[in-house]
Amino acid sequence: MKRFAKFWWDFVVGDDWRVAAGIVLAFGLTALLATTSVPAWWVLPLAVATVLWLSLNRVARGR
Amino acid sequence: MPRAFRRRDRGALLLTDVFLVLSAFLASAVETVEALTIVLAMGLTRGWRSTLAGAGAAALALAAIVAALGPALTVIPIASLRLVVGGLLLVFGLQWLRKAILRASGWRALRDEHAVFARERAEAANAPHVERAGLDWYSFTISFKGVLLEGLEVAFIVLTFGSTQGSIPLAALGAGAAVVLVVLAGILVREPLGRVPENTLAFAVGVMLTTFGTFWGAEGAGVNWPGGDAALLGVLAFVILISLGFVTTLRRRKLAVA
Repeated sequence: MKRFAKFWWDFVVGDDWRVAAGIVLAFGLTALLATTSVPAWWVLPLAVATVLWLSLNRVARGR
Repeated sequence: MPRAFRRRDRGALLLTDVFLVLSAFLASAVETVEALTIVLAMGLTRGWRSTLAGAGAAALALAAIVAALGPALTVIPIASLRLVVGGLLLVFGLQWLRKAILRASGWRALRDEHAVFARERAEAANAPHVERAGLDWYSFTISFKGVLLEGLEVAFIVLTFGSTQGSIPLAALGAGAAVVLVVLAGILVREPLGRVPENTLAFAVGVMLTTFGTFWGAEGAGVNWPGGDAALLGVLAFVILISLGFVTTLRRRKLAVA
């Protein structure tokens, strides 16, 4: 069971769990802003650029 | 419904259908090239009967997964589907994109099909012969696992991308076409397809999955994109630009530390 769960975790989340965590947070913020009069379309693209860069930067810095 | 809107809607639908088929085709091509390397190594080293039985069983299992989960996904309301599946597609797409950027910028080694092939052949030659159900168990299980694991990513893309777009059969068609093309090429050359630009294909798949994951995920979360469906092209351009920018920046940094 543990191996099965680990397989699916690796399969969907992959090498860097922080990318998935960042995207989940961005979805939360988007859903929250979508209920207000503030435009929410910019949150996900900005989150994609940010989490991707942070993840790549961690590899390049050897962390 | 105004005629102009219907025309734009049809145009957007055609565009997303093209992207759907292309994404499934390219992802399937990358994964089939990798699976083919394993199957060829097993077949040429230990014989074809058990190897093809393993690959065939895995292909059937993948088809069964898509056939079983596909109809189940179509009964979920589209807004919930786009939120959940868009999120999954985005996280999954970012994995592809991240790996492709690291490889393109030199921070991760490019996959060498010939090296994988040589390693698989050496391991296959040294593995003991154990017969189960009339099959060479080693070649059966290795080719089964190889095809199943590589194919699962394609099945995931076909199911997520296809269900959100409402066209699982179209996605399956794109994926199937790539399998046929790569297998035919493999039969012709009888060696790993080392000259296929795997990383470029993976980069394109990552860009498309990230774009559609962002677009549909945001819509599922309640966003109205400025410009409606046309915003998809803007998201696509944005993802391509930042990805190429990251490749350039990381490549420069790699050269500086070399």
